[in-house]
Amino acid sequence: MEYLYIIIAAIFVNNIVLMQFLGICPFLGVSNKVSTAAGMSGAVLFVMTLATIITWLIYTQVLAVFELEYLQTITYILVIASLVQMVEIILKKVSPALYQALGIFLPLITTNCAILGVAILVIQKKFDLLQSVVFSVGTSLGFALALIIFAGLREHLDLINVPKGMKGVPAALLVAGILALAFQGFAGLVKI
Amino acid sequence: MSNVKTFTNGFIKENPVFILLLGLCPTLGVTTSAINGLGMGLATTFVLFMANMVVSMVKKGIPDKVRIPAYIVIIASFVTIVDLAMAAYAFDLHRSLGLFIPLIVVNCVVLGRAEAFASKNNVVSSMVDGLGMGLGFTFALTLLGAVRELLGSNAIFNIKLVEADGMIVFVLAPGAFIALAYLIALMNKLSKK
Repeated sequence: MEYLYIIIAAIFVNNIVLMQFLGICPFLGVSNKVSTAAGMSGAVLFVMTLATIITWLIYTQVLAVFELEYLQTITYILVIASLVQMVEIILKKVSPALYQALGIFLPLITTNCAILGVAILVIQKKFDLLQSVVFSVGTSLGFALALIIFAGLREHLDLINVPKGMKGVPAALLVAGILALAFQGFAGLVKI
Repeated sequence: MSNVKTFTNGFIKENPVFILLLGLCPTLGVTTSAINGLGMGLATTFVLFMANMVVSMVKKGIPDKVRIPAYIVIIASFVTIVDLAMAAYAFDLHRSLGLFIPLIVVNCVVLGRAEAFASKNNVVSSMVDGLGMGLGFTFALTLLGAVRELLGSNAIFNIKLVEADGMIVFVLAPGAFIALAYLIALMNKLSKK
């Protein structure tokens, strides 16, 4: 039950993009087409879960033991950057098909603040390893949901006559605002 | 390019938020009030300034292939300094900015300037560029924070202007998107002239 709460909270109530404003860059950057949005979501799901497990282990087994908590930011960003590189190399060798689908999104993920954000959040919330994994899967599903809905809306936005000054990014942000308004309806559903 | 031009460049013509659309996560996330926007902007300015300076100093010693990880380590060190300093001297601000302080590391503005400017220019103009970009970022965040605070809680810099309930939606998440959308549209209009 507890894990279900964490998942629901991560997907709907505290949606990473629309409620916590993490990962806005890919949210605006790769949301022109539903297919690319789905590819990006897959890559985020993969990397976010892996990164959370590894950084959680490093924090609890190394940094906390030696009282080096202040090195958290530096260690995490290095681990995430090298992890992304490694995933890219391994994926290329092991599963060329998956690499074809996710490859171009992987370099972009290093600067996706949602990955680093979730890795720090699970420590702040004092989750154990299993809770952290559930939380990161839920969060990336929330990211996927927001990104794919938004991409679908943007595909239609291209066909509409928008006032000249609002064309492009302003119109997209306005749509994101309305989407966030809809997600506001989930507020208070569950609390973790 | 002269240093004055480099400095003003970041303010209006290449404003990181309104024109380049970089670093939108903290822009949207912390600007519930003008003070928060200002604090976040100044923290980022410090990191930008120091990182630009150090990167331009050591650029010759870094092999080209590992330059991005090297830049990230430099940036992360200064972010840690800001994080610890704010926790010690500005605890309330530190708490309301929360997660977004360590996340300055992945702010594309900082890495973007290190890669696009500091790695190609001398120390002085890199410092000027860092300061200009940082203050442009601060300006954008403070403006957005002020607009949201004004509409959301009828106040500016915590000074209440009208004794009435504001439009609470502007303090909540949706208001951030909507306010930024109109500010960017306004900036587009102004910069076209």
